[in-house]
Amino acid sequence: MSCTAPFRIAGVELQSRFFLGTAGYPSPQVLQQAIAASGAQVVTVGLKRQLAQGGAPGDFYALIRASGVRLLPNTAGCRTAREAVTLAHMARELFGTSWIKLEVVGDEHTLQPDPVELVAAAAELARAGFEVFPYCTDDLVSCQRLLDAGCRLLMPWGAPIGSGQGLLNPWALRTLRARLPGVPLVVDAGIGSPRDAVQALELGVDAVLLNSAVAQAHDPVAMARAFRLGIEAGRLAWEAGIMARQDMAVPTTPVTGRPFVL
Amino acid sequence: MNPTTITVTLNGEPRTLAPRTTLAALIAATGQPPQALSTAVNGEFVAREARAARALRQGDAVFTFQPITGG
Repeated sequence: MSCTAPFRIAGVELQSRFFLGTAGYPSPQVLQQAIAASGAQVVTVGLKRQLAQGGAPGDFYALIRASGVRLLPNTAGCRTAREAVTLAHMARELFGTSWIKLEVVGDEHTLQPDPVELVAAAAELARAGFEVFPYCTDDLVSCQRLLDAGCRLLMPWGAPIGSGQGLLNPWALRTLRARLPGVPLVVDAGIGSPRDAVQALELGVDAVLLNSAVAQAHDPVAMARAFRLGIEAGRLAWEAGIMARQDMAVPTTPVTGRPFVL
Repeated sequence: MNPTTITVTLNGEPRTLAPRTTLAALIAATGQPPQALSTAVNGEFVAREARAARALRQGDAVFTFQPITGG
């Protein structure tokens, strides 16, 4: 049970502000244990084109289903709006949810989202009844365009996918928070350690989505718990109000001058 | 004269079929449960309930997708 208040996103109420990716774990069993340790109520999944002979999805999917979490399918690998829209429709049928993490990549090296294709796909999917979770950059105007297109929330990156670099531009995230106060923000991608998650929540974002930082840990289950605690701590700190920084020391103990006036 | 066979691709591999074979029949021939995958023809989504009405044509590119882990 989270020690922070529930929040609403995409029309549902969640206790956990931790969205967890399901890729790259040592085994399906470790994945299952990591989901439990994370407290996450939303996990991401994907689709892949089958090889010529087809193939079974393996036992990971049954384990995820059994864990009772909500599924957030992604459109990983798409380069155009058309591809992403087609994949989103497939995901809705296959996973039985209208939630879609919309990914449309515009650069191969950074996997940076293509803002033009992203907006085009978001608009079409929103019209088709999807709840679009757009994986986007932290550019304010691009984010506003996504909202105009029908998105009810945003998933700005912290750093490139899988890089573990943490929040490369905290100012941009603070700006999004300040300019879009009522819009749920989920920092997605680039989180490397729990301190990055703490920082994100302390900036006032509503949740974080991460995968590699847990899956690639020596002990993914323990790391999932570490992130859970960090995310709760960051959120509590945001709600509590963080003190203003000062350049110089400000005495804490209310002494009367120096102890001994001789 | 009508052709006696057509050739389509299934996930990139050529398949020779009888003319007007449906997408549903092609999927059934793979031996997979129809609800375990999603389908697209020529890049367009074809819903599960529409597969039986979708007759395949010469040169159609059929793709099937399955769940995987993802971030």
